Parts: sequence; structure tokens; C-alpha cells
Amino acid sequence: MVVKDMMPNFELFQPTQVKDALAILDSYGKDAWKMAGGYDSLVWFKERIKRPKAVIDLSGIAEMQGIKETADGVEIGALTTLTDIENNSIIKTKYRLLADAVAKVASPQIRHAGTIGGNASQDARCLYYRYGLPCYRAGGTTCYADTPEGINREHALFESDRCVAVTPSDGAPALVALDAKYVLRSSSGERVVGSEEFYVGPKIDITHMTSTKPEEILVAIRIPNTWAGSHFYFEKVADRNVWDFALVNVAAALKVQNGVIRESRIACGGVSAVPRRLTAVEEILKGQPMNETVAKLAGNSATRGARPLNYNGFKIPLMANLVTRAVRDAKA
Amino acid sequence: MAYNLIGKEFTPVDVEAKITGRAKYAEDFRADNMVFCKMLTSSIPHARIRSIDTSAALKMQGVLGILTADDVPEFPPPAPPILAKDEVHYIGEPILAIAAESELIAAEALEAIKIDYEQLPHVIDPLESLFPGGPNARSAGNVAAGQIALQTVKWEASDFAAAGETKLPMGRAAEEWSYGNVDAGFKAAKVTIEETFVTGTYSHNCMETRSSFAYWQGGKCFLHGSNQSHTSAIANISRYIGIEPENLVLIAEYCGGGFGSKIPGYPNMAVAALLSKKINRPVMHRITRTDEYGIGAARPGFQGYIKMGFGADGKMLAADMYLVQESGPSATAGDFRAAGNALTLMYQPNAVKFRSVPVLTNTVPVGAHRGPGENQFAALVEPMMDKAARQLGIDRIAIRRINAPDSKGTVGKERGPLTSAFQKEALDKMALLFKWNEKKAKSGQRVGNKVTGIGIGQGYHSAGTNGFDGLLRITPDGVLHIHTGIGNLGTFSHSATARVAADLLNYEWENTVVERGDTRRGLPFNSPQAGSLSCSTQSRTMYVAALDMKDKLTDIAAKSLGGAAADYELGKEKVVHKSDASKSITYKQAVEKAVELGGKYVGKEVPEDLNPITKNSVAMIAGSGLIAVAKDNLPRVGVTPGLSATIAEIELDVETGKFEIKEMLCVADCGTVLHPLGLGHQISGGNVMGIGMVMERHIYDPKLGIPASVGFHQGKLPTYLDVPVEVAWAAVEKPDPQNPIGVKGVGEPVLGSGAAAITSAIADALGGHLFNRTPVSPDMILNHLAGRPPAHKPLQVNAV
Repeated sequence: MVVKDMMPNFELFQPTQVKDALAILDSYGKDAWKMAGGYDSLVWFKERIKRPKAVIDLSGIAEMQGIKETADGVEIGALTTLTDIENNSIIKTKYRLLADAVAKVASPQIRHAGTIGGNASQDARCLYYRYGLPCYRAGGTTCYADTPEGINREHALFESDRCVAVTPSDGAPALVALDAKYVLRSSSGERVVGSEEFYVGPKIDITHMTSTKPEEILVAIRIPNTWAGSHFYFEKVADRNVWDFALVNVAAALKVQNGVIRESRIACGGVSAVPRRLTAVEEILKGQPMNETVAKLAGNSATRGARPLNYNGFKIPLMANLVTRAVRDAKA
Repeated sequence: MAYNLIGKEFTPVDVEAKITGRAKYAEDFRADNMVFCKMLTSSIPHARIRSIDTSAALKMQGVLGILTADDVPEFPPPAPPILAKDEVHYIGEPILAIAAESELIAAEALEAIKIDYEQLPHVIDPLESLFPGGPNARSAGNVAAGQIALQTVKWEASDFAAAGETKLPMGRAAEEWSYGNVDAGFKAAKVTIEETFVTGTYSHNCMETRSSFAYWQGGKCFLHGSNQSHTSAIANISRYIGIEPENLVLIAEYCGGGFGSKIPGYPNMAVAALLSKKINRPVMHRITRTDEYGIGAARPGFQGYIKMGFGADGKMLAADMYLVQESGPSATAGDFRAAGNALTLMYQPNAVKFRSVPVLTNTVPVGAHRGPGENQFAALVEPMMDKAARQLGIDRIAIRRINAPDSKGTVGKERGPLTSAFQKEALDKMALLFKWNEKKAKSGQRVGNKVTGIGIGQGYHSAGTNGFDGLLRITPDGVLHIHTGIGNLGTFSHSATARVAADLLNYEWENTVVERGDTRRGLPFNSPQAGSLSCSTQSRTMYVAALDMKDKLTDIAAKSLGGAAADYELGKEKVVHKSDASKSITYKQAVEKAVELGGKYVGKEVPEDLNPITKNSVAMIAGSGLIAVAKDNLPRVGVTPGLSATIAEIELDVETGKFEIKEMLCVADCGTVLHPLGLGHQISGGNVMGIGMVMERHIYDPKLGIPASVGFHQGKLPTYLDVPVEVAWAAVEKPDPQNPIGVKGVGEPVLGSGAAAITSAIADALGGHLFNRTPVSPDMILNHLAGRPPAHKPLQVNAV
């Protein structure tokens, strides 16, 4: 029977070292759950949909907290709260795009506890998946959203494969635009991957949003200084102005010299399972003047190939408009 | 008339209690040996229950008992059952409850229960149920409402074919009426507006879920509940528990929001009480947010058609409206009737034809939601008035003013009288304060990506009744105890109306106590705290009780000091001889004398016409002071209309489909202002809820019958950043002649005028485009601006 709103029991671990957390992960395998800020985890538990035997509360691991400048950029501990990132002077002066993006996540209360690691790894918000139905993403054999009657206003325009859910993250498109690298550690070592490898669509892994393996922990996110001090633009459009997920968001970094766009990285959230990097638009913009006409061309080009579902066609003009605004209004 | 307390500010007890957390709600209470219960609810939208196997659950350690439909009073369908017996009609419908030592044990026991269901066809869209061969939400029928017996109604396929995709099919109505010559009105009309529309269902979203806590002592059931009303709910709640009203002790001092969903109690209040009786332990029944979305009610939606004919001067000559109401599974709302009345009242048409059919659906039960019917009507029809004004070349406020009721206006199919109506004055004041003549030119102006829209909305709800009892007591310490059974919905009106009695008796507010929140305190039978009734109705009971107290005080003075009662008047908490101020007795002395006199002075004899609840309450406090008690038999003829007008200015971003409310101003026709702070909160809060009507979503998967808008996040309630920093407000301040203080209520109309101001402003920003739908979500605006068709079908429900 469907019983909700009551958290089942689980073993709670509160390690203070990454190595201890990894050891617990190794011993529990797939029955372990990694929890950072807890905002998503606790809801899954309370709904009795995800039922891990062991919950590893990572919040006491000092090593995974804080922001430090490195020789070639900045390293952000995965447990750094979104509020801390929003207020950090290095981020604000050099990588403002990320500060602007995380400032739009959820609500102030959630940003105080929510972490960048959690935000970057956010799970899909598809109503059917969240309802606990046995859909593809939940390991089942059907999709309830992509049917003639399915409610799919919030779903994907691009690159769906059986599952049509999207990334709900506001931080992720900004990280993609800033060319962030993700540090994944396991007992057997550490690997550092780019956004292209970190975020995975349903074609590669239909039950996960990232390539983090069960035995790995995302310990830090590194942002290279390649894009430091560029022209930036972030915007999120949601039904509500606070405490909501983006219908579509856009994050853009543009290197502009004398009014000419030399290079850019642009990504949109809310349109596919992974933050959608607009490489074609980036090519189009190369060497173009930063003006309304070019911005409009960028917007129109951004949505090329979109395959709307029954209810999400509005995302096409919305995405086009947001990309237009990003190119038109990005500021250093 | 000059008052000392009426119309003045004071700090209601709620303010400090709620800010400090001292206010105790139902689930804050505890008792020795208390246990918990949790409900198992239906996971299927429509099914027959073949069997329930609870054997494994009942064997679990810590499980103490179970309550099923066999243990609770039954009510004839389509009334909502306390627990479903043979058939379930929506996802979230309670089937049984388990009591256990902890909620975790209860939840695990519920998971061990096996129910064998026979799935039945379900229906989310009323029109699908009316289509030939369409599913019925209940096996016994698909149409029902108060005064409309449960029956099966199927329209002809030709009704649907004739209407096509964009117009409401209009088959046989379950209820219809008309007045005047509608055909002649349309014939004479210079402009005719004809529209099909859909208003969305949405939940009440009370912050406090409807938890309850119950135990039994000495044959009485002690129930801590979350309820808007107090003494008016006792009969109903007793019926749910199956006890006599005098055996219910109802404790409900604070209520964390009801908005119409907690008026006369509700079936679920009986679960903790009956489980407690069965297992002989105090039972706490905390309703979770998921539970609340199942049993917590929702505003019913309409699929509607309206045709309105206007003369060249803007006067509405005729109107024809058809409403198909999405009624949930239990026929618990009469919104369609109220919407018909709103049409007659708001625009005073010369002729009206009204038809409706309330259709049962396998969605959550619906119920009164702040301005039930009137406000859906306002949000949809007010923008159409702008369309008419534009076609006629008339100012948008002027067309409303031409049609607005004055005190000679009428309401309803009978065209009954009004006690007073000053809507034209409300519109005038709104126009003046907003500077309409200066600002109206901003309509449609575009700067960058932003277009300004200005919208006007009007709201109406009847706002006062009579026939309830007032009860006052002065104790030997001279303190005035003002007994009120109105309840505490959170509007401060329990005390704002109590101040009428204090004022009339020349009391300092600090020397009074408002007795409320617990039937053991001796509470009189009062109006439901609903229907914008409290201020008007309760000020009347306070008035009649104060008159009785005044009579008794002057009577006692005459008995003590000589002369006739008429020789005395009330001074500062004393009774003074009119022509000889040296002859006086204090209220305290009067109480001493009252105790000596006994009888009616101390509540030992009471008027025959009091409600039995009041008589019981007086018996509880009899002898403890000087007691005044009376039934409100003051005359009142006609409907007392609460009215409001809101104007809103928005900036709509044509690139995102989002809008920002730059200014919002509301003027209320609510008679004499009792309590400015409370009125201001009602007006602001109502307008914010009006914004909510335009934003809040209620999505169902039609194939699975799954509700998707179950949570404060998914429901899209407006947040601080979605509403203006301030809703400016004013009152017309013309007293209602049929209330002794001149008071009318206004809690509900302000939601309707607020919602309508926003829907009108959106239309205005879009060059007059009517979505003819609530909510209006950014996707709808974006599709329109991009020249794309809407994603939903014109009459589709629960999809936006």
C-alpha cells in the first residue's frame, strides 16, 4: 500500500573524514545513501520511496567544505552551502555567474543548508518519478509523462530517451558555462571529469543524472580561471519567483573584446536531462558583435532541433528569449 | 455615533501568541498514555473494495487497534464518509486508521495491510462524464449537489457535436432559472460578449493540517481540533462521532487556516475520537501534508459559458450563463448557485438565464473556498467587462459603475432586496486613490520587454445574517467576560466583535476577558465563522446581549438606589442616575446585588428562545456573576452584500511570460469599520489569495487519476516575491442600516476582486486578449505571445 509522510528507520553514519565515508560506502554498497544538505534526501525518505539501509550524512566532513583559490582557478568543497558561494568574494568578483545562479536556487532557507555538490547532482523532478511510480528512471519499464495524456509541461525538449525528465538544477548550467571539473573520489582513487562526462542523459544511464558511481563521492568542484571576469548572464524563469524549479534557465559566459564576442560558453537547464550546452550557438557567436541582431540569431539557433511534448512547447520561445537576453545583456 | 472601542485599534491575543509560538494548536496537546494513529488512504481513483486483510498489521508489536468503516457512523452517499466502506472515489480517500505506540509503527502496520480492489472507470473531467457512455465518478451516479439528488445524467452526442472543440456543450441542466425577457435583452443589445471559460480547481492549502487529538472522560469526548467555527460546529461534529452534542467538549482556540474547509467540522475529526473510544487511550491523529491534500478540500472548478448583452450606455440588458461544476466525489459545494447570484448582484442585469449541472469527479472532495462561486465568477467575467467597455467605447470603471448595485439593487433569481450596497462609491474611491484618470493612459505601454497592464476587479459575497445568541457576564471582581462561540479563524473577529459589547457597556478593554476556544468556558450558540458572516452577525449578538446587560444593570441600580431603571444610564463601569450623578453604583456592586437577587440576573432563568447550546452554556456559568443573555431577534430584511473593488497595475515581460505587480489597491464596502488592523489584514490577505487564484495549480493525470499538485511547492502558492510589498486599502465607510453598528463583512469579496484585477490586468497588457481561464500560467502567456496554440484544449480541466 502507498503510505507516505513517515520516514522509515535506517542506520545513520556521520563520518568526519572522506576516507571513513568511503569505507562505509564500500561496506554497504548499493544500500548506502550519500546525504549532503538533505533537502532532497529527506523528502525521498519521508515519502518512503527511497529506502536505503544506511544513510551517510556527509555534512560533518570539514575537508569537503569551503572555497579556496588555486593556481589555476578556484576549488569549491562539495559541501559548501549555496549561501556561502553566493556571498564569497572570490566567486563574486571572478566567477559571478555561479553566484548569480546559486542565488536563484529554491529559497534563502534552503540555500543555507543546500550544498553545491547536492545542487550539481540534483535528481529529476518529474511528477511521476517523484510520485513513486515504477517508471524507467525508477528502474521500471515505462514512462508516464511521455504519453498522449501525460502531464509534461516541465519536461524535455531535447535528447530524451524513454525518460523525458530534465535537470532541475540552477547551479549546473553555470558550472557548465564556467567549464567546471568535478572531483570524484573512491577508495581506489580519484578522478576528475568535465561537465560532459559528469552529467549523463537517459541514453547512458536512465536511473542516474550524473556519472558519480555508487562507491564514489563528489568531494569538490574546480572552476578553472579560463572564464574568470568574463561577461556573464544568468536567468531563471519559474512559475514563482522563489522556491521553485526553473521552467528554463540560462547561464552564459562570453569573452567580449571591443564589443565583439571572441568566445562563449552557454548552457540551459530545464530543457534536457543534462544541462544543455549550446555549442552550435557558441560557434555562431564567435567573432560576432554583441548586439540585438546577433542575440536574436543566437536565441533562434538555440532551439533548433527541439522536439516538444504535449505541454512543453512554450519552452521553445522561452529558451530562445532567454538565450537572446543572455547574449544581449551579459555584463562583465 | 462616537465609539470608544469600535473602529479603534487594539492588539488581539493572537498576535503575541502566534509570534511567540505560545498559541497551541490541536497537535500541540499531550495526555498521559497518548498514542498515535495514521490512516490508510486509497491509492486508486475509483474502485470497489473487495476485501481488506489486516491480519499481519494487527499482529505487529506496538499496534493497538484499528478503525474501519464498520466502526463509524455512516452517512448516505454522496456525503463524504468518515472511512470508505465499499467503494473509494479518489486517491487519498481514508479507508481505515491504525492506532499504535508510535507513528512509525502505525505507518509500518499500514504497509502490511492488503486491500483487494476491483478497479472501476474513473473520471477527472466533468464533460467526459456527461458524454454518452462516459464514466461515472460513483457507481450510483454522476450528478449531485445540495437539493439535487444523486442521479446519472448523460447528454446527447449531438450536444457535444454542436458545440465543437471551443464552445461549452450545453445539454440538459440539473438546475435552471431565469428572470426578465432574456431574448428581448439580447435583441436590444448594442454589444454582445459571448465566451467559454474554465476556472481551475485548487486546494485550500491551510498551514495547519486538520489534525485532531481526542480522549474520553466521564462519558464525554474531549476533542482538540482545527476548526474555523466553534459552537455552530458542535452538532455536526457530534453527529460524526455519534454522540449527543452535550457530550462533546470541543477545544479549538486557534486555527491555522481554514478558508472555508473547516466550517462545520469535517468527517475526519471523528477518527481520533472513535479510535480513542475503541482502545481506551488518548489518540493523537496528526494529518500529514499528503493526507491534507486528500481530505483538505479544494475550490471546485467550472467549465462555463456566458453571453452578456449591453446597451449603448453600457447597461447589461441580458445575461445567459451555463456552468458545469467539477464537484469532486461528494457533492460538497454549491459554488454554481453562488456564481449565478453573483451575476445578478454584481451587474444587476435586466434579464438573466442561468443553467448548471454539478458533476461528480474522482478528484479530491471540494468545498467552500473563500468566496465559493462568486470569486471564480469574478476572476473570469470581470475581464470580459473590459472587452465590452472597449467595444462600446466606455471607460472601464464607468461600465462597472453603471451596472454596480446600489442599496436599491436586487440579488438572485427572486430579485430579493439588499440591506445596503455602496459599490459605486467603492469604485469612485478606488479611482480617486489610484489616480485612474491620470494613470489609465499607461495601459498597454511598452518599455523594452515590459508592457504595463491595469486591471479592475470586483468582488461580492453575502456578508451577514442573524438569529444567534449573545452571552455576557460580569464577575464579582467587576471584569466583563465576553463569551463568544464564533471560533477563531485567524481574523481577530472573535475580539473585534467582542469590543462591541465592551464599548456599549462603557468598559475599558483591559477590564474585559474574551471567553472562547473551549466549550467548558460556557460559549453561546454563534454563527459559523464563515461566509463573511462573523463581523456583522456577531456584532448583532454582542449588541443584544449588551442591551440585556444594560437593562439588568439599570434595573439593579433602581432596585438599589430607588427610582425606575429608565432614570439610570451607564457611566465608566458604573450605573449613574441621569439627573443626580451622586447616585450611582459600580458594576462590581451591581454584581453583588445580582447574586443576591438570583434568577435571571445570574443565569438561573433564561429566555426560552435561546439555542440549547446557549442554554447549556449559561447553566455552566450560572451563579458566577451578573449574566446577560439574549437571542438576536433584531429585524433584518434582504441580503447583506459585502463588496469590494481592486485595481492592479502590472508589468508583463513579453520575453518570459512573467509579470510583476507594481501596485494593488482595494476599496471595501464593509459598512462601519470595526477594527482597522483586522480589516487591513483581511483585505491584504484576500487580495493575495486572489493572486493565488491566478497562480495556483491543480494538476491531475487524467489517465491515472493521480493528483500532482500536492505540496506547497507543487501547488504554486504565491510567495513573498510574487505579490506586491503592500496592498493599499480603504473602506467606503457607509454604515449598513440594518446592523446596529452598521457593520458588514468583507472577508471573501476581496479575494474575488483581487483575482479579477490580476486577470483583467493580464488581458490589458496583452491588448485585451482573454485567456478565459484560471490559473494564467507563464506558459499560456508565452504561447500566446509566440503565436503558438495553447497546450491545453479549450475546455480541458486540471491541466494548467
